[in-house]
Amino acid sequence: MTQTATPQSGGGDVRLQGISKTYGSFTAVHPLDLTIPAASFFALLGASGCGKTTTLRMIAGLEDPTTGTVALGGQDVTALPPYKRHVNTVFQSYALFPHLDIFENVAFGLRRRGVKSVKKQVEEMLDLVQLGPMARRRPQQLSGGQQQRVAVARALINKPQVLLLDEPLGALDLKLRRQMQLELKRIQTEVGITFVHVTHDQEEAMTMADTVAVMNGGRVEQLGAPADLYENPATTFVANFLGTSNLIEAEVTGMGGEHLLLTAGGTTLRLPTRRCGAAPAARTGGKVLAGVRPEKMALIHADRADAVPEGHNRLPGRIKDASFIGVSTQYVIDAHALGELAVYEQNIERDGRLVPGAEVVLHWNPAHTFGLDAAQSPLAGTDLDEEAA
Amino acid sequence: MAVSETRPPVRETRPPADANRPPVRVSAPRRALRLLRRHLVTIAGLGTLGYLILPNIVVLVFSFNKPNGRFNYQWQRFSTDAWSDPCGVADLCGSLGLSLQIAVWATLGATALGTMIAFALARYRFRARSSVNTLIFLPMAMPEVVMAASLATLFLNMGIQFGFWTILIAHIMFCLSFVVTAVKARVMSMDPRLEQAAQDLYASPVQTFLRVTLPIAAPGIAAGALLSFALSFDDFIITNFNAGSTVTFPMFVWGSAQRGTPVQINVIGTAMFLIAVLCVVVGQLAGKRRKRS
Repeated sequence: MTQTATPQSGGGDVRLQGISKTYGSFTAVHPLDLTIPAASFFALLGASGCGKTTTLRMIAGLEDPTTGTVALGGQDVTALPPYKRHVNTVFQSYALFPHLDIFENVAFGLRRRGVKSVKKQVEEMLDLVQLGPMARRRPQQLSGGQQQRVAVARALINKPQVLLLDEPLGALDLKLRRQMQLELKRIQTEVGITFVHVTHDQEEAMTMADTVAVMNGGRVEQLGAPADLYENPATTFVANFLGTSNLIEAEVTGMGGEHLLLTAGGTTLRLPTRRCGAAPAARTGGKVLAGVRPEKMALIHADRADAVPEGHNRLPGRIKDASFIGVSTQYVIDAHALGELAVYEQNIERDGRLVPGAEVVLHWNPAHTFGLDAAQSPLAGTDLDEEAA
Repeated sequence: MAVSETRPPVRETRPPADANRPPVRVSAPRRALRLLRRHLVTIAGLGTLGYLILPNIVVLVFSFNKPNGRFNYQWQRFSTDAWSDPCGVADLCGSLGLSLQIAVWATLGATALGTMIAFALARYRFRARSSVNTLIFLPMAMPEVVMAASLATLFLNMGIQFGFWTILIAHIMFCLSFVVTAVKARVMSMDPRLEQAAQDLYASPVQTFLRVTLPIAAPGIAAGALLSFALSFDDFIITNFNAGSTVTFPMFVWGSAQRGTPVQINVIGTAMFLIAVLCVVVGQLAGKRRKRS
């Protein structure tokens, strides 16, 4: 087994160039360029069928790309079969070998590469994932969380250049998933291997990854740090898929200093000029989508409308629905001509009059508004079923 | 609801059941019926079990018989003569050896070929796949006597000498379908990700097959092999048509039944039954111990 790429300490970078995959007439992944820096935690985020798993499998070698190349740590591996790539995968269903015990499952990769004394390494690895006493059990005797840890140990013991994780936490319940997210992040920081994580859970991607690539319909919609993606979405899909966004269709009526002046439903709104990078028609007479995150909006009863700070954007509306969820209350506001808007209010000093039916004024600091291209559907990314999210 | 409240409840019109009243004497048939109802599953289970093993018990009991005359159909008195001399009847052990030999080779041949066919059918899409899938069932569905006669015709026309080889070829053929069915079910239910995981963990295609695919398919292959052995060992109809002058154990039993049934036949039958039971018990004990550790 000398033909495998030489193992090196730490991770290697992944370079995808013009990589694509088509099945007959269906294009799973459109030509894609992606560079994943060494030792980073990278997430491919998207709904099912967006091409994220196919991309991952092309890196692993389990799927041949239709076009393009895959390079690991500077070496072109496009033509290498999976067993010659120094990459390991944690599969969605774990794919533990049912006929082998935990020890042999973890030792599998080492044995195939001809390592003679595996005992010490396997025991250390099992200790790292806190499964030392389970070594002689069979996979089916373990709980879901334990099986998941075995799958991680089985991959990590080979010290791969890149560890690929295919929705590894999808089968776990919420509490365990949160715990494993922190655990995986800790392991990644500790071993310094490049992690490429595929998930449909936006919260999971944001908690764990340094960089997130949001995929939709076989294309990467946007790539960046989680906070950056959340604050400055480039498309309506990203704005809606990562958290919730209120997108208001508006017409640009003029310029006012650092702001564009917009008219929506008869009200004038202000949008910072520097946050219009994703809206090509952001000039007088053009149309834009003005976006605001629900937690950045505030709600005030119509009687106290004069208490709205000077310079804030404001919209009149009526509370349609209010759901109390502990830390906050989530309101649905009927903003007349602008449709329904979501507002999340912290439960600090609640005005008792803010109940369904009450007339209110929505207001927010214009700096929290972002502009998007009005040519796209404001509903993209909203109707996806969030399986198990 | 309001209407029913104004009406006196119907249930009250009946005299209330007295909890302190001594239980009414139940008649014997009714008591038996109650017992039957409570233990119906157990009774049905025991009945079925008895139905299944009663013939074996009879064979076992009559293996200790000392019959008057040539037919071992009536109990006379206890004796261990047959057990101390199982090969005491001419040609019996020779035919037994031949049957075992054929069964072993037929099992090996059918298992090897059948496993390959099963993998091909379960894994690959090829032009004749669906027709092969149907044809494989044919030997199981076709009346044995038809197959026996047509095989005999075939061998005759091809000028092949009847004997060991014709029997073996026939046995491998009808065992094949059972192996294919058993192995295919196992391979189909196997998660394809397991093999991908093996490849991902540096196992070459050959290593993947030997270390992952084969061990996981093993129970199906073993089931197919056991079935083949049992089917080949006791096949009579097809063998009888294609044996020529060769005599297998089932043929020997059939032949001797015309002229008298030596007790040794019961001995061999009982021994086979006990060996099979022993195999099952050992297998289950081993499985239980593995589970416990």
